[in-house]
Amino acid sequence: MPDLSLNGIALDDTFAEAFGMAATAVVVTADTARWAGIAAATMTGFATSVIGCGAEAGIDRPVAAAETPDGRPGVRVLLFGFDQKGLAGQLTRRLGQCVLTSPGSACYAGTEGRTRLKMGANLRYFADGHQVAKRLGGRRYWRLPVMDGEFVCEHDTGLVEGAVGGGNLLLLGRNQPGTLAVAEIAAEAARGVPDVILPFPGGIVRSGSKVGSRYKGVIASTNDAYCPSLKGRPGSALAPEVGAVLEIVIDGLSAGAVQASMRAALHAAVAAGPAHGLLRVTAGNYGGKLGKFHFHLRDLLR
Amino acid sequence: MSALAFSLREAPPERLDLSPLTPGRLTGLTLPEIERLPVGTTRLGVRVGDVFTVTAGNAGDIRLLGGSARLDNVGRGLAAGRITVEGDVGQRLGFAMAGGEIVVTGAAGPFAASGARGGTVRIGGDADERAGGAVHGAMAGLDGATLIIGGRAGPRLGDRMRRGLILVRGAAGDHAGARMIAGTILAPAVGRHPGIGMRRGTILTSRHGGLLPTFVETGRHDLVFLRLLRRTLDALAPDFADLVPATVRRFAGDLATLGKGEILLPADA
Repeated sequence: MPDLSLNGIALDDTFAEAFGMAATAVVVTADTARWAGIAAATMTGFATSVIGCGAEAGIDRPVAAAETPDGRPGVRVLLFGFDQKGLAGQLTRRLGQCVLTSPGSACYAGTEGRTRLKMGANLRYFADGHQVAKRLGGRRYWRLPVMDGEFVCEHDTGLVEGAVGGGNLLLLGRNQPGTLAVAEIAAEAARGVPDVILPFPGGIVRSGSKVGSRYKGVIASTNDAYCPSLKGRPGSALAPEVGAVLEIVIDGLSAGAVQASMRAALHAAVAAGPAHGLLRVTAGNYGGKLGKFHFHLRDLLR
Repeated sequence: MSALAFSLREAPPERLDLSPLTPGRLTGLTLPEIERLPVGTTRLGVRVGDVFTVTAGNAGDIRLLGGSARLDNVGRGLAAGRITVEGDVGQRLGFAMAGGEIVVTGAAGPFAASGARGGTVRIGGDADERAGGAVHGAMAGLDGATLIIGGRAGPRLGDRMRRGLILVRGAAGDHAGARMIAGTILAPAVGRHPGIGMRRGTILTSRHGGLLPTFVETGRHDLVFLRLLRRTLDALAPDFADLVPATVRRFAGDLATLGKGEILLPADA
């Protein structure tokens, strides 16, 4: 199927199949950028896939002190869930366990939206009656006495309508080190687009999966068609020269953001590709039956 | 379209109730209809046309030219639009307003912005007692609106206020923030016994009269909430932002009641 090419790298004329998700954004601040980063990193830990983690989360971007509500350095975090209810539960747990606990932290809404998800509205009960609310500039904040002072948390944040999870690219290379080098460059470019996160380690997945398994109760299993050690079998999608495959997975607050991020990743990958033995780029889909969003590689060429 | 203007011809013969002069109640009325609106408070039956010269204009932008301490209930129940008074006003300025903006260049009588749920009241001069305070028998004083006083404030500023923000450029009198339910008061100086009976709320000041023994010091703090307050003031009233210190000395009280309120002083005070 490789009938497209970019910078001499073959592209499959296929599409990445992505799904609608419930999403939200929060801004975590602290006295220093380092501690804002620690709180955000902790909050977004173990959040690679909704299937196993309950949420997909990541850091969108650092927010300069001049742009945060309290004038301290911050980080914007995006959270994605299957649905609003699941997302709301994850938001409360992650804020309560990872941000509330982090020295000097505070948390604010990172997006507007008519539907609201509770933040301080739930966390306030931690203060055991000593909490006070402050309404400033039309926004409501909770102040919770904690051992290093006060934890300030906005009452709620917005639910993002039209968020998309599962935008992806599969990078097929001659060997593992070269393919990883290309994937790192592609992930970096993808992350540079606003309103997206790459939830997997370093933005890269090495264990792409297919739906279902031969074992009862296992809902996803290894994507055998793209495993190089299974080449030569009837189900393999790999040419003999392919030695490694890595996947970039992108969640975004809009389909436009995911597409822009995929485009940036693709162009960065093919630019770096020839030097590192990149052979082919394709994308993962389920035949178009499961996801409502189809990102065709053809549309990303320019 | 220019403002709908009411020029006071002479000192009013009695206290006037100007609650009919809001955009919500004047929109759609003709000039003669406006002039016939009753504003008197005695048997004299004073009407708008008896004391004001009315100039037709946009009812969403009302101007009172020439003030008097006898002009009560200016902007009562205001929901949207703007009322500007060039001069003084009497009691209950912006009473129970829900939105919009009231600007008074002169002084205001007692109970300014009492029960005001939204919007902004700016008083250029002094405000008399219980600005942002509850009227007799009311559950709450200021209830979400913003009250900015350019001059001094009388006693019992923000008495029983429930939410909202009061900014005072000059000094406030005794018992500022008495019986506060919640909200924020900012004044460079307050008189004796600030926050008496306060349940929640914040009084941020630099100088104060005698403090009640039911306030306990909790030490020096660098409160994130003050950074939020400073940001809010930057947008709302930039000349007040310098009154918010980075580090404060905090007194919690009134412990004779709920005790979740606070008096904040600059750390070096």
